[in-house]
Amino acid sequence: MDITKTHIAYQWKYDRPLIACRMAPNGLQVASSSEDSMIQLWTVPSGEKKMLTGHESWVHALCYSSDSRQLVTGGCDGKIIWWSVQDESPSILRKIDAHAGWIRGVAISPDNLTVASVGNDRIVRLWSMSTGEMIYELAGHERHIYSALFHPGGNQLVTGDLHGKIHIWNLYDRKLERTIDATPLYAENKGQGAEFGGVRAMALNVERNELLAGGTHKATNPFGAVHEPLVLRLNWSDGVLKKSHACDGIAGGLVWRVQWLMDGTAVGVSGGSTGGILLFFNDTQEKEIHRFKLPTLARDMDIHLESNMVATAHYDNHLRISGMFAKV
Amino acid sequence: MTFAHYACGSYEHGANRRRFLRQSLSGIAAGGAIAGGLGSLAFGAAAEQLKSQDMRVVVFNMHGGLSQLESWDPKPGTKTGGPCRSIATSVPGVHISDLLPYTAKQMHHLCLMRGVNTAEDDHGKGAYMMLTGRRQSGAADYPQIGAVAARMLNDENRGLPGHIVVTPNGGGGKGNEAAYLGPKYASISLGGSKPPPNTTKPDAITDESETRRHELRRHINQEFLSRRRTAITDAYTHSYEQALRLMERKDVFDISKEPVRDQDRYGKHDFGRQCLMARRLLENGVSFVQVTHSNYDTHNENFIFHIEQLGEFDQPFATLIADLADRGLLEKTLVVVLSEFGRTPNINLYYGRDHWSKAWSVVMAGGKLARGAVFGKTNDEGTEVVDGQVDHGALFHTYLRAVGVDSSQSIAVDGRELPIADPAAAPIWKVLT
Repeated sequence: MDITKTHIAYQWKYDRPLIACRMAPNGLQVASSSEDSMIQLWTVPSGEKKMLTGHESWVHALCYSSDSRQLVTGGCDGKIIWWSVQDESPSILRKIDAHAGWIRGVAISPDNLTVASVGNDRIVRLWSMSTGEMIYELAGHERHIYSALFHPGGNQLVTGDLHGKIHIWNLYDRKLERTIDATPLYAENKGQGAEFGGVRAMALNVERNELLAGGTHKATNPFGAVHEPLVLRLNWSDGVLKKSHACDGIAGGLVWRVQWLMDGTAVGVSGGSTGGILLFFNDTQEKEIHRFKLPTLARDMDIHLESNMVATAHYDNHLRISGMFAKV
Repeated sequence: MTFAHYACGSYEHGANRRRFLRQSLSGIAAGGAIAGGLGSLAFGAAAEQLKSQDMRVVVFNMHGGLSQLESWDPKPGTKTGGPCRSIATSVPGVHISDLLPYTAKQMHHLCLMRGVNTAEDDHGKGAYMMLTGRRQSGAADYPQIGAVAARMLNDENRGLPGHIVVTPNGGGGKGNEAAYLGPKYASISLGGSKPPPNTTKPDAITDESETRRHELRRHINQEFLSRRRTAITDAYTHSYEQALRLMERKDVFDISKEPVRDQDRYGKHDFGRQCLMARRLLENGVSFVQVTHSNYDTHNENFIFHIEQLGEFDQPFATLIADLADRGLLEKTLVVVLSEFGRTPNINLYYGRDHWSKAWSVVMAGGKLARGAVFGKTNDEGTEVVDGQVDHGALFHTYLRAVGVDSSQSIAVDGRELPIADPAAAPIWKVLT
């Protein structure tokens, strides 16, 4: 891996702007969602495309099962769909009414037994992966919930909301365990009557005892897309803020996703008026250690750690896959 | 006309900030600073008859430019539709955005105008057009609908102002919104659901001394007016007397006097309280109330902001419509939901929508309007009006006709006959009963 040699390896075009994307754990498929409420399955590296029809609105939330055989998606239609995605003809396994309003995040537990979903109705719900039945729900967020992830140990769920509150839920006693403050990601603009920002993305690294929270700050004009990308590096154990990774010269940027690389480098994707940028951070400095300018505005990314490939979903209808290594 | 925090950095921000600073009851008393003559008003018996009909107007100004696609004219499943969907309403076959579930249940009271084309994408100019029915020009200034309603409909014997503008922070209003009608018909601005400022007599002033002060003022005024009476001096006098009447009737502005159940039904947030205030004012006979709901200038993240804003708007607005209908007031009350323009069918790269005045929607209800009606149509992607196109001029005529005002009339000001609505436009007769 050499992040300074990041380059676009593949790009495939769809008919409409893309919204989100995820790479299958086996690295052989990428799922993307688009503004026509469709899901695309792209075969890597051929670029062969299959279409999934089932949602009645846009899809912001996608997650693969660890065996890559199932894809779980949450839509702005409030529905969660389980898809069988490795068959010749992908199909819907089940479809449930999950939330009132938009679903913003779905996550599958490390043991593949539970799906967590969050959305605008401020409720966290946990579902049986195998039956789709609701196991229980958790209430406590006061505003829209944007992101969710399971602790690798499977005993905690982490959810982040518009107000910059990150709740850590204990899944054994089904209670809120503690809350981490990520309010630098939140802005209230009283002049515009707007609340903006929030915890758009999170990534947990237990070995490093660090939680990344991504989004935006300096939101002086939320309606006009005047804001800058920000990634907070927080102590997982006590929530103390270790670093604020702000980036110069990216007016209009917002971090849609953050992830960890194998070597502990943090990666965020920023999309906004300055286009799409992959931002790389380490724990020695607040500014990024490297940035890779994507051809156009990106709205999501997903990294395949074993191959050091990163998929990005773009407004210009393209799914791009970049290699974080020197061109061969 | 209203405060502004536009995403696009419009001039309106600065201009209206200055207006905001002018607001207060003392500002009303100083209203003579606004130019404009109060000419002879040539309506006589007809005008009195109109006032006796007790008609009222409430305007909801969806500040910044409400998206028609996320409200009154959704296009789900199309290239421009976005993630929001449409839902059925109380009128079979009519669908509106799923962001308005409570309003959908009141559709049988509403009249949707889906073919609005105002051809003006500037905030300030668009707002001027929608509130005056005319295009802004340097040659003349025209009164806003609130001032016209106050002039034509208000019964001054009630002791309440005829033109009230409610904004989140009390800013806005004033400017030259009454134009040639004169400052007497300019608005009183309320901040949120609070009563007008400075309506409580300081404890240090006794009732007796207060009475003597006003007697002295009236005496001096009378002396002066006997020699130099002008429209401006009349406006000064009117402002003082209006302030006094407001102090006497300040309980009208106190929504805590409304039943707790109603306060709950309308919601505890600002807009809910403002809608309850609007109902209270209308029930007490105020002829015009404008409630500003802000902000819709969503060049960025249009959908999540509309979820937020319309989530706040929907229930109080629907509750007000239902209450007006249940209490028999909708027959006498014109309700208008307008913006300065709509928003682009195209979804930009920030999930936003920009300014779009070629094909958008206005909603009306009550008075002499058809109920449960849809007039006008846009094409499949909402980019153009394909049927029933109307503009600001026609809408302004229709507002007036809906409350029984002959919009073809003129007002005589300083010897000139000034049409109250643009003579080049006409009412939309098909939506009037």
